[in-house]
Amino acid sequence: MRALAKLLRASIALALLQCGVAPAQQAASVDRGTDALRIKYQGSLPALLEQRTDLNADAIRTFVRRGTWSMPPFRPTEVTESDIQDIAAYLRQSSGAASRGAR
Amino acid sequence: MAILPPGVSAESFASAIREFQDAVGRDWVFTSDDDLYSYRDHFSYIKDQPNELIPSAAVGPDSTEQVQAIVRTANKYKIPLYAISTGKNFAYGGPSPNVRGSVTVDLKRMNRILACDDKRNFAVVEPGVSYIDLYRHIQERGLNVWVDTPDPGWGSLIGNAMDHGIGYTMGYYRDHFGAHCGMEVVLPNGELLRTGMGAMPTSQSWQEYRHGYGPDPVGLFGQGNFGIVTKMGFRLMPAPEHWRNGLVTVPKRQDLIPLIEAVNYLCDLSMCGEPWYGSPLMALMGNTEFRDAAVGFNESAMDAQAASAGLHSWQVELQFYGSERTTLANWEYAQELVARKVPGARFTNGESLKTPLTREQIANTTGPYPTNMRRNITQGVPGLGIWYMTGRTEQNPNAWNETHIGLFSLVARSGEGVLQAQKDFAAVARKLDMPSLFPNALQTPVNWYQFAFLMGNGFGLGRGDTSPQGKLAATAKLREVLRENAKLGYGDYRAPPILQDDVADQYSFNDFVLRRFTEQLKDAIDPNGIISPGRAGVWPAAFRSMRGGMRS
Repeated sequence: MRALAKLLRASIALALLQCGVAPAQQAASVDRGTDALRIKYQGSLPALLEQRTDLNADAIRTFVRRGTWSMPPFRPTEVTESDIQDIAAYLRQSSGAASRGAR
Repeated sequence: MAILPPGVSAESFASAIREFQDAVGRDWVFTSDDDLYSYRDHFSYIKDQPNELIPSAAVGPDSTEQVQAIVRTANKYKIPLYAISTGKNFAYGGPSPNVRGSVTVDLKRMNRILACDDKRNFAVVEPGVSYIDLYRHIQERGLNVWVDTPDPGWGSLIGNAMDHGIGYTMGYYRDHFGAHCGMEVVLPNGELLRTGMGAMPTSQSWQEYRHGYGPDPVGLFGQGNFGIVTKMGFRLMPAPEHWRNGLVTVPKRQDLIPLIEAVNYLCDLSMCGEPWYGSPLMALMGNTEFRDAAVGFNESAMDAQAASAGLHSWQVELQFYGSERTTLANWEYAQELVARKVPGARFTNGESLKTPLTREQIANTTGPYPTNMRRNITQGVPGLGIWYMTGRTEQNPNAWNETHIGLFSLVARSGEGVLQAQKDFAAVARKLDMPSLFPNALQTPVNWYQFAFLMGNGFGLGRGDTSPQGKLAATAKLREVLRENAKLGYGDYRAPPILQDDVADQYSFNDFVLRRFTEQLKDAIDPNGIISPGRAGVWPAAFRSMRGGMRS
């Protein structure tokens, strides 16, 4: 149960990282955050964070604590260091980076 | 770049930090630049300026007792505190304090939902509980109540209510401060106070009768600085079984007057949810001839062009909560009422849906007419989808809303009031050479508060000149807008710290007696002035010389 809660929090933070996606039952049609990254990268990087292999804990910490564009920073009371590690682990797993030995 | 609270020595500050650490644990006292960066206002107009409103430290208590300990320490060292709940009050300063160098009391860790009753229809929460948190709690337990959420759902119920925030369902619930029932507050001396029936130790009705007995101080805590709220009750709307919407349009500009009369009548009989006003003529704003007529407020020319384009001047989207039959009866009655008052009014059925709506229904791709209504918030479903407007989109691929701000003024709840406000706001914008086409002759009010209209008239730069000079120039213009509004009778309801003194200045009846009264109380209750000095223009004696300081 605790692990599930942790994962949920991590996925919320992940959603927030994408800046503007709806974590609850909001508009299913458009994932605005992913769309923003699609416009930004124009195919040079995957729009979906789950497919990125270049987001280690240090990179995530920077985005979380400094914010980026209209995504505000998140305070240590909202997203803890251990949440950041969980997000990094989740992204490693989802992108298959671990199995390919990438960081 | 660590800074100190005003008038506090480095030695005293170090001692205070040690006491804060003793109170909440070393892990929850933040003093490094890296940690404190996240306590800055991400959308600040004065980012990186020497007067940017940044804290000297932040403390994250986990309990009411810890908040009390923090307040006692602050009194000992005369350190101003600034309490935040989730810090998501963007457009109104985010987590930034009124006084540079304050210690931020970050209540996010106090995130317990203490009660949620779907028979008596209320919840009791701590400040760190967000709308999304409470929504999930309700969903997980299958409770039969809704949350009335603001647009982005990441904010705190308590924080939003304390800043007089609003939502989008039935009238009573949209006024988030008005829908609260019962508070627990840590007073400036560290004592704990409970309001309403909470003042009676044995009461069973804390969330059901908010007045208790005798003078009720709750108003002092909303947009105020008389304590730190650690628990608060909220009335919750029982989940309706059915939702229905419908569109009403009326042909001529002056038809706005009887239309608003009819909708006020329906709202005040609790027969409909929030009405969403708009103008179909927005479609003509690209047309030079129409725009000239609109900018010049040439009523007959606007009516003539609307008629030749086959468009009506105004619309209101109505929505009804209840059962299939009661929502239909209310919609039919709304049509009858408007038809009686406005010749030529047209009615379009919207959708008639059993609740809870499906994801597709919430995405609103199935409605029979185009709408601006963000359906998730009409269904009490919090989200963050709206935040896209501040970020990167196809229309704005290379800039974001660096300065996100919105000023809304109270306007008389009548068609006459709205038509007059359009002219007044446009004249002020022209006088101050404000760049956008907004406000204009098609601007409609928002009916967030059931008994009041608000109209936006001081918008931020957004993606305009966001250089430091550009931001300062825009701030000066917003101050000017507030001054002009006051002359014309339009008071603002909410503002970021850099503009709070300017809004407070609008409320000047009888030589500012209201402010003098409040500050007299403030000095008595908070002699060291440590709780959020300057909030909403209320300055305690110890900091009173700082009034208006953000203007220089």
